[in-house]
Amino acid sequence: MAPKTRTNYAVDRESSRLKAIRRLILAQSKAANVGHIGSCLCVVEILAALYGGVLRVNPMDDADRDRFILSKGHAALALYAVLVLEGRMAEKDLNNFCGEGSIFSIHPEKAAPGVDFSTGSLGHGPSIAAGAALAARLQKSERQVYCLASDAECNEGSVWEMAMFAAHHKLGNLHLIVDANGQQAFGLTRDVLDTSNLAERWASFGWRVSNVDGHSVPALVEALSARPASPAPHVVIAKTVFGKGVSYMEQGRPVSQAHLPVQPINWHYLPMSDQEYEIALTELEAGD
Amino acid sequence: MRRAFIQSLCRLAARDPRIVLLTGDLGFLALEPFRQQFPDRFLNAGVAEQNMIGLATGLAEGGFIPYTYSIATFASLRPLEFIRNGPVLHNLPVRMAGMGAGFEYGHAGASHYGTEDIAVLRTLPGLTVVIPADPAQTVTAMDRTSQLPGPVYYSLGKDDHAALPELGGRFELGRAQVIRRCGEIAIISMGAVSGEAIAAADELAGRGIEAAVAVVSNFNPDPSDDLAELLAGCSHAVTVEAQTVSGGLGACVATIIATEGLACRLRALAVRTPPDGTSGSPRERWRKHGLDCTSIVSTVLEMAGAACR
Repeated sequence: MAPKTRTNYAVDRESSRLKAIRRLILAQSKAANVGHIGSCLCVVEILAALYGGVLRVNPMDDADRDRFILSKGHAALALYAVLVLEGRMAEKDLNNFCGEGSIFSIHPEKAAPGVDFSTGSLGHGPSIAAGAALAARLQKSERQVYCLASDAECNEGSVWEMAMFAAHHKLGNLHLIVDANGQQAFGLTRDVLDTSNLAERWASFGWRVSNVDGHSVPALVEALSARPASPAPHVVIAKTVFGKGVSYMEQGRPVSQAHLPVQPINWHYLPMSDQEYEIALTELEAGD
Repeated sequence: MRRAFIQSLCRLAARDPRIVLLTGDLGFLALEPFRQQFPDRFLNAGVAEQNMIGLATGLAEGGFIPYTYSIATFASLRPLEFIRNGPVLHNLPVRMAGMGAGFEYGHAGASHYGTEDIAVLRTLPGLTVVIPADPAQTVTAMDRTSQLPGPVYYSLGKDDHAALPELGGRFELGRAQVIRRCGEIAIISMGAVSGEAIAAADELAGRGIEAAVAVVSNFNPDPSDDLAELLAGCSHAVTVEAQTVSGGLGACVATIIATEGLACRLRALAVRTPPDGTSGSPRERWRKHGLDCTSIVSTVLEMAGAACR
C-alpha cells in the first residue's frame, strides 16, 4: 500500500471534520427528538467552508469582523455544530439544544455565541445582509457579508427586492449562497414554484453568479474567497443533496414509518427513530 | 409635522454621524433638505418597504442609526414582520417614520389611510411608538427619543401648520400631557385629532361643563400612571383617535380603567366601520367617523346628562 501524501492527510482531516459535524447534528437532533435533519446535513460543507477559512471573525466581538447570516434558519443545528467544532462554543452547551429555556433553538438566536442575527422567517436574512454590506461600504470597511439562503426561499418577494437594491448599489462585498437542494416543505421546488433556472434569474438581476458543487469544500472556499474586480454582488448557487450522507434521507424513505410514502420531503420534518439513528451513524462512519 | 420631522432630523444628523435616512421612494418635496445636506447618508430603497426595514436592521447592527420613511400604512403594515423580527427582536436603534397618520391622505383613499399603524405596532413590546400631536411636539419627541437604544416608530401627521399652543411642544416618554385638569369628565386624545378634543373642551366650558383634556403621545412605555391618576377623579372618559377601535388609545384606557378598578365609564371615539369606498378631506373623515369637535361635544353632553340622572 502506497504511503499517504501530505495531500491525502489533509483530505483525511477534512473528511473527519465533516463527519464530526454530521455526527453532532445527528446526535443532537436525536437527543432533542426534532427534525430539519436533512436541511442541516446538506449545508455541512458550506458552513465548514465558511468557518474553515473564508470568514474573518476573530475575535468574535470585533465590530469589523465579517458577518454571516443563516437565512435558512431551520439549519441552525448545523451552524451550532460547526461553531462547536471550530471551538467557538462548548459542546456541553449544545447539550441543551431545544431544552427548556435554552438559547439553542431550532432556529438561531443572536443570544447564542457566534450568532450575528436571529433568523427563521424565510426571505428576511438577505435584506439584513444587504444592510450589513451597506454599513461596511459606508464605513469604508473591507469586511465581507455572507448569507446562506435556500432555493425555496427565493419564492419570497423580499429576496428580489434585495436583489434589485444590492445590484443597483453595487454591493460587491455581499455574498449570497443559495443552497439548491431542490426541495421545500411540501414538495420538490420544481413542482411547487420552479426555481431550476436560478443562475439565469440572478444574473438577469445584475449579480455575479458562481455555480458550485455544494459538497466540495475546496470549490466553495475558492468561489467565496475570490475577489474579482466586478463591483456586482455575488451569488453562489450551491448544488446540494438533501440529507447528504444518510441514504434513507437522501431517498426520502422513512425506515421505521413504512406507512409514509417514499418522498424526498419526509426528512424536512421527521425526527429519527432509534433504528434510523443507528443506521445513520453506521453509514456516516462507513462513508468517505 | 412633515417639515418639523425633516428639520429635526437634519439637526440631529448634524450632531450624530451615525444617522442615515432611507426612504421607500416617498417624501417628494419633503426630504430634500436632508438629501442636500447629507447626500452620502440618504438612500432611496425604492418601492420596497420590507427590504428597507431589513437594510435598516443590518445598518443598525453595524453601528448606524437608520431612519426609514414612507406613508404610515406602507411604513408599518407592509413590513410588519420585518419590523418584528428585525429591529424589535434584535433591539436595534432603527427609527421608522410613518407619514400621514389617520386620514391625512384624505382624497388619496382608503389604501393610503393610516388607521391601524399605532394599534398594531403597540402590540410589539420593545418598540416605542410615538404619536406627536403637532409640529412642536414632533420636534421635542424626536429629540427625546433619538438616543434610545431600541427601535422607535413615529406616526406623523402631514399638516405643517396646525399647532396646539396648549400643548406647548411638551413630550415625555411614558407620560401623558394633561392640558386641563378639571371636572368629572376626561377627554383623552391622540395625534393631530387632539385639536378637535381641545376645541370641544373649550366649547363645553362655554356651556358650563368642565372637562379635563389629556394628550397621549407614546406607547411602550404606556402613560399608565398619569392616566390612572387622572381617571381616578373622573366618572366618565371619552377617548378620541383616528385609529380603528381595536388596540389603540381607547383599548389602552379601557385596560387602565379595568386594571385599576376605577369607577369610570368609557366611550371610545374611533374608527368602527370598514372602508366604504368613499374618500374625503381629513376633517370630513373626522366628521364621518364621529371624531370631530361636534361629535366629541355631543358625546360629552350625553355623558354629562347620564352623570346628572
